[in-house]
Amino acid sequence: MAPKFEKAKAIEKENIVVDGVDISGHWNRMFEQRVITEYTPELIEKIADIPNAESFANCYQCAKCVAVCPVDVVGNYGPRKLYRYAQTGMDLTEAPELWLCTTCANCLRVCPKEVNMVKIMPAAREQAILDGKFVPNELQQAFENTAKSGNPLGQPQRKRDAWIKDAGVEIPVMKDLGRKVDVLWYVGSYPSYHPRGIDAASAAARIFTALGIDFAILGKEEKDDADSQRLAGEKGLFEMMTEYNIETFNKYEWDELVVTGPHELNAFKNVYPKYGFERPVVHYTTFLARHLDKLKPMLKHPVNKKITYHDPCYLGRHNGEYDAPRQLLEAIPGVELVEMGRNRENGYCCGGGGGGMWMDSFTAKHTNMRLSEKRAMEAASTGANVLAVACPFEVSRFSDAVKSTGNEHVDVLDILELLDRSMRGE
Amino acid sequence: MNIVVAIKHIPSIADDLPVSGNNVDFDSVDFVLNEFDEQSIEQAVLVKEAVGGTVTVVGVDLIEELDNILHLAIAKGADKAVKVTADEPGADSHMQAKWLSEAIKGLSPDIVFAGVQASNDLDGQIGPMIAAHLDMPYIGGVSSVEVADGTATVNKEFAGGVGAKYSVSLPMVVGVQAAAKPPRYAPISKVRQVAQTATIDTVEPSGDASSGLTFKKMAPPVATGHAEMIDGSPKEVAAKIVELLKSKGLA
Amino acid sequence: MSNDILVITEHMDGKFSDVSFELVGKAKELASALGGQAVAVVVGGGVDANVFASDATIHIDDAALGQFNPEAYGKVIEALVKEKSPRLVMFGWTATGMDLAAWLSAKLGVPCAAYVKEIGSDLMMGCQAYGGKLMAEVAPEGDMAIAACLAGSFPAEAGQGSTAATATASPVDLGSLKVKFVEAIKPEGGDVDITSQTKLVSVGRGIGGKENIELAEELAQALDAALSCSRPVVDAGWLPRTRQVGKSGLKVKPKMYLMLGISGAPEHLEGMKSAELIIAVNTDKKAPIFNVAHYGATADLFEVAEAMLELL
Repeated sequence: MAPKFEKAKAIEKENIVVDGVDISGHWNRMFEQRVITEYTPELIEKIADIPNAESFANCYQCAKCVAVCPVDVVGNYGPRKLYRYAQTGMDLTEAPELWLCTTCANCLRVCPKEVNMVKIMPAAREQAILDGKFVPNELQQAFENTAKSGNPLGQPQRKRDAWIKDAGVEIPVMKDLGRKVDVLWYVGSYPSYHPRGIDAASAAARIFTALGIDFAILGKEEKDDADSQRLAGEKGLFEMMTEYNIETFNKYEWDELVVTGPHELNAFKNVYPKYGFERPVVHYTTFLARHLDKLKPMLKHPVNKKITYHDPCYLGRHNGEYDAPRQLLEAIPGVELVEMGRNRENGYCCGGGGGGMWMDSFTAKHTNMRLSEKRAMEAASTGANVLAVACPFEVSRFSDAVKSTGNEHVDVLDILELLDRSMRGE
Repeated sequence: MNIVVAIKHIPSIADDLPVSGNNVDFDSVDFVLNEFDEQSIEQAVLVKEAVGGTVTVVGVDLIEELDNILHLAIAKGADKAVKVTADEPGADSHMQAKWLSEAIKGLSPDIVFAGVQASNDLDGQIGPMIAAHLDMPYIGGVSSVEVADGTATVNKEFAGGVGAKYSVSLPMVVGVQAAAKPPRYAPISKVRQVAQTATIDTVEPSGDASSGLTFKKMAPPVATGHAEMIDGSPKEVAAKIVELLKSKGLA
Repeated sequence: MSNDILVITEHMDGKFSDVSFELVGKAKELASALGGQAVAVVVGGGVDANVFASDATIHIDDAALGQFNPEAYGKVIEALVKEKSPRLVMFGWTATGMDLAAWLSAKLGVPCAAYVKEIGSDLMMGCQAYGGKLMAEVAPEGDMAIAACLAGSFPAEAGQGSTAATATASPVDLGSLKVKFVEAIKPEGGDVDITSQTKLVSVGRGIGGKENIELAEELAQALDAALSCSRPVVDAGWLPRTRQVGKSGLKVKPKMYLMLGISGAPEHLEGMKSAELIIAVNTDKKAPIFNVAHYGATADLFEVAEAMLELL
């Protein structure tokens, strides 16, 4: 087989002495002396030299990461392999491998050396962007859409709150309200524009209203969090959006910021403090679980479904919330909750994180199956007829995936939609 | 290929233009890149990508705010930036064209791009004047450029899709109407990096030229007529427009 | 020096453009005030040059001048202007005139005014610059000047006549040109012909982005109209060039011209000002289009368009 990378520079030596110790391996070869092969570390150092990507060089090839890497399940991937590829001649900043990591953080969970792809990938990608290296077209389009339209879908800013008129309840907008609210609800781009996202947003509005929450949204003033664009390497864009968002958040008085999406949670809670924004931020599952005593009696209509729940990487591993979503699902009468083999801390990634949301065509060329398809098949194999999600990226991804894998009988529903159904009956 | 782009920093017409004396009050307006220059920068980078070479963007720094624009141009693919430090907000096209020509001369350009026009070209555009100073042929209204073997093939637009294709032995000056592709996205990370790392060459204005025009007056145009204004909320405006169209049998 | 006025006319496919007649008419008026002659200059062949009301018409034909060639035309005009020393040289501020006027100005060191809309008998010129937002009155110094005039600034009728042209050989050698005409480019077919529509909904820069075109398209459909636009929309790639109204686009004369987010730069007005009913919606209450439109509204175009859709 031809070598994967032509730049491989093998240094083969019959005798090697390290620190005065002869480590030549002749003693374990029966017929000839063992040849010791070394590689130049240049391409590893090239990555490790990028600020924030230093831990790339920590890898000692134990391969624990490969066992949990979601991309390896559908291809040939994982930090250990990336390190080895770099050792044998791959320049990560030029390779398609640069764009396959979803920053799901499962490798970091098991890595004894703290090789942190959540930091390495954005840094290496930014370097590639700065050096004018290859960047997938569809990703560039998402960057451009975000910069120009305020959302990666390229939808008009003025339509950001168009969905509220069909939500069935009054949804106050901060600008018109002119007073302090308890909860500022950051809706997010997909819940504002994507038809299936709008279903979840409308459900959330009805639930908040039923609970008597004093909330409002930013309406046309809301813009994308751009956290996934940051993880995909466009830090400048993220900072530009961050400046705008923080200014907008600070324009109004509110006590708590509730977000529909885990990526927004990650941005506002974990990254914005570096930019001077430190305010309470919660994901809607955490927020609603807190109101469970009041919510539970409203969940009058049974939802007789066998449901399996998919842990979003950025809600679970990145932000430690595994219980609230399950508590909410279990509060719905009639629900039988079943777990997939990979769950909670070891949950499998949908493929949408780290910019993967906008690279499906590119990723398809370098993997044998979409991550979302793999996960849809796992969901179906539990016998569940509902795949419950809590991330706005996932509804559209899994809805496509259940179809393409012949599992149309599995409904993909946001927890918000399930709660809403139980509340209103259907 | 030495590719040069001559740009113009001009008062923004997005807002009202205050007048002071007989000219625009240059101290109280925002300056922006001439929109046609965005096209000409893109066309220059497209040519570089096709045949190789370096793109040098040259502009007159009228109000000491040209750096941002030059950084953006570099982020989009230009290699070098030069500014003529004039600090003369009201410098007309003749003056700018002369200074730019002197700055460009030393770059030995094979092709010079300029925006086909700018909204403040009261004394004509810099493109054809640079061509006159550098003794190069000029073609404006250009919407695509291909370069091969010392010859440029350009499409010039007249109107309504009618145009002509010319071949020109280089060097030449091209007045860009529109690049062959819409201007590209410059990653914001890149723009910010360029702002920190790029060096901009500065040159003093050299050479003298004048438009030979004396400004006697500058004012918003006196309307010979004015539209009948429809007042009210957008909904009311919409209703009145629909009513109007219906009354004329147009809706 | 003379008090003559040279008008550089322009023609294509055997026809002179309207602006040529407009300039000749104006030149006659100015020449009689100045005590000089209005001289029409026709460069290139394949056209009947005896159509102007000029005091004289000079027709310079040469094989190298068969098609518009800015280098050849420039050389010929430069030589002619040097020879005649006129008081004023008039060009159209058009696709061809824009290649020549400023070039000639720099070449000869003669003042040039562009975007000219008015010229007084003292040669004070009114220029409509800054996208039509400001009118500048400028006085050219010296005893020769160049004026590049916006199309539609003067009546064309005054320039129409039958003065017999004097054929003249090219005053310069056109043997070694760097610019060569290759071929004519015809408009791409296949799209809607906006010049034959009775109703147009036209969008400008105010439409904001490609994602908003759909809304305008919906409104156009609801009105049984076609969608057209101003130049920036085409340059940004939001609509094809076949939809562009204006100087570098197409001239239209529909029964209804509903403008959304078009400020009304002179270049756009050239293409649509004879529409029968012009309605303009723009957020800028000082947009020049309100001086031209029959009805106007200072409002958010999106809100108006959406509300109209609900009513239609």
